Amino acid sequence: MTPAMSGGRGIGPRLLATQALVFAAVAAVALWLGANLFDNLAARSIHTGFGFLWQRAGFGIGEHLIAFDSRNSYGRALLVGLVNTLAVAGAGILLSTLLGLVIGLARLSGNALAAPAAAGYVEAIRGVPLLLQLFVWYAVFTDLLPPAPAPLRLLPGIWLSKAGLNFPVPVFAGGVWFDIPTRTRFGFSGGATLSPEFTALLLGLVCYNAAFIAEIVRSGIQSVGRGQRDAAEALGLRRVAVLRLVVLPQALRVALPPLGSQYVNLAKNSSLAVAIGYPDLMSVADTTLNQTGQAIEVIGLTMLAYLAISLAISAAVNWCNARVTRQGAA
Amino acid sequence: MIAVMRGLRRRLFASPGDALITLAMLGLIAAVAPPLLRWLLLDAQWSGPAAACRAASGACWAFVGEKYRLILFGRYPAAEQWRPLLAMLLLVGMLAVSCDRRTWRRSLLLVWAATAASVWLLMHGGVAGLAEVDDTQWGGLPLTLILAVTGIAAAFPPAVLLALARRSALALPHALAVAFIELVRGVPLISMLFLASFMVPLFLPRGVQMDELLRALVAITLFSAAYLAEAIRGGLQAVPRGQADAADALGLRPWQRLALVVLPQALRTVIPPMVNIFIGLFKDTSLVAIVGLMDLLLAAKQALADPAWRSYALEAYLFIGAIYFAFCFAMSRYSRYLERHLHQGGPA
Repeated sequence: MTPAMSGGRGIGPRLLATQALVFAAVAAVALWLGANLFDNLAARSIHTGFGFLWQRAGFGIGEHLIAFDSRNSYGRALLVGLVNTLAVAGAGILLSTLLGLVIGLARLSGNALAAPAAAGYVEAIRGVPLLLQLFVWYAVFTDLLPPAPAPLRLLPGIWLSKAGLNFPVPVFAGGVWFDIPTRTRFGFSGGATLSPEFTALLLGLVCYNAAFIAEIVRSGIQSVGRGQRDAAEALGLRRVAVLRLVVLPQALRVALPPLGSQYVNLAKNSSLAVAIGYPDLMSVADTTLNQTGQAIEVIGLTMLAYLAISLAISAAVNWCNARVTRQGAA
Repeated sequence: MIAVMRGLRRRLFASPGDALITLAMLGLIAAVAPPLLRWLLLDAQWSGPAAACRAASGACWAFVGEKYRLILFGRYPAAEQWRPLLAMLLLVGMLAVSCDRRTWRRSLLLVWAATAASVWLLMHGGVAGLAEVDDTQWGGLPLTLILAVTGIAAAFPPAVLLALARRSALALPHALAVAFIELVRGVPLISMLFLASFMVPLFLPRGVQMDELLRALVAITLFSAAYLAEAIRGGLQAVPRGQADAADALGLRPWQRLALVVLPQALRTVIPPMVNIFIGLFKDTSLVAIVGLMDLLLAAKQALADPAWRSYALEAYLFIGAIYFAFCFAMSRYSRYLERHLHQGGPA
């Protein structure tokens, strides 16, 4: 009920009464819930407060981009989880955008083989739950891939096995050269490893979100008027140049807002790592919760963290959007 | 003949780049299709014990034949499984009937209420000579459908309230609605499920229990309400001001104006986005597997826990993937049909 809908009389006494009623109702419910909460906490002897964050964690984390072992605190464990989440979300956003762009363009290409294949991919991926797809990817990694002693060689120096993806990593010591993983009797030495959990999660997230991004790309490109393309071709530009210089920049205007919300979805979907054992923020929070029993604090912190990530991604995309739409719309 | 060749050339070899793509696709198909067909169909084992599957090199569809009851119905007692089957048929039938625009009138709500009651009675039992089956034993596809349909139905009233509150000029309802919607839309569903699972018992009076299914439903309902509220808000914004003014001119009270004039038009406008939200919710019900509810996905994982059939994960996931896909594909086709036809008639 906006002031306009109340007939221009402004917020009259009836609406003020409504507001008072809402306040009273919300306050009553909040007080009742709060009373129950304190009662239950006392009954179960659970202490509130964030002191547990400085306690010794007592559990290890399989993969950590910052140093961590079981002597560190719960707070540091949650930080490790957060960094892991950001790593998989960041890589996921980048790769899914690339793949989504390719599939979207394939769908629009008019090639009688590529277009239906892309359409089929989008329909199939969007019709199956993400968690199921993650389980399939994880099953591929744990059941179908060969064991570490006999890995698949994708490219020279890049190996795929049940132990994950091993690849060379640049080493800056003196000159720049690569630390290439070499096969030993039981696995690899040297190089870097992406664990099966991380790789399965990343591939699952990328393939899933690429389908949605392909649709966003498609609608963005289709929103650019036919005349733009015709004019560009009349100027003598070749197809790729038309795409790069004329169509995509305008398509970006339309595509950025839904793209932003898709990136936020990807970051939130990375929380499904808890189901396949990748130690992201949600997994570590789950372990911490089970060990300390501090449900409210842990879940509250986790939700705040994800909210912060969502807001940060939205803000970044809004900034890009503002830059792209600075010069007048069509 | 020449026309066919020209057509092929235009669609597959229109330019050097196009030709390259076509050749790459043909190469991919040649590499992938024969082994895939062999594994899926030709070498597959369609019936028999686990030993026969181990001996064969293709897919083990005998696993599906052996375990389909566990996957589809969870731990529901075998003798009573006709009841969840009937309940599912009722639910799907009700959804199918609701899809036809000719049924969109007030009496449809009665049909929904009647279906909901009969589904619950069938699943729970305890009356008319039906054995009582506690909801901890409900599982599989009926549970997935019940979670999705109940979740979105229960989310409707809060969503309408939230949308109205967000558009309100009053500070408190507006602030509360914005805070709730932005919070819920910024966090993953899994954290809402954990929230409900761990924290709802803490907020209930001592001694009052809420079982796992209800807690998950609370989480799903709150989650859907936030997304539905945004869709409904869009619909409310789309109703022309003149409608509200005309209602006022006719002397309708504010709540009548809302219920009889504004809301029906708003909801009609946003049915396609709401169908899309329902499709997303249907897929998201699979997340209750993480909090231990035996939905279709967890039932499939349980079927795989049997040591004799443990290595046939792909077959199990393909089976339930096909089920999910069938539902989602039908719903997305319907959503597209609606988008085409709802705009043709114009308002009202």
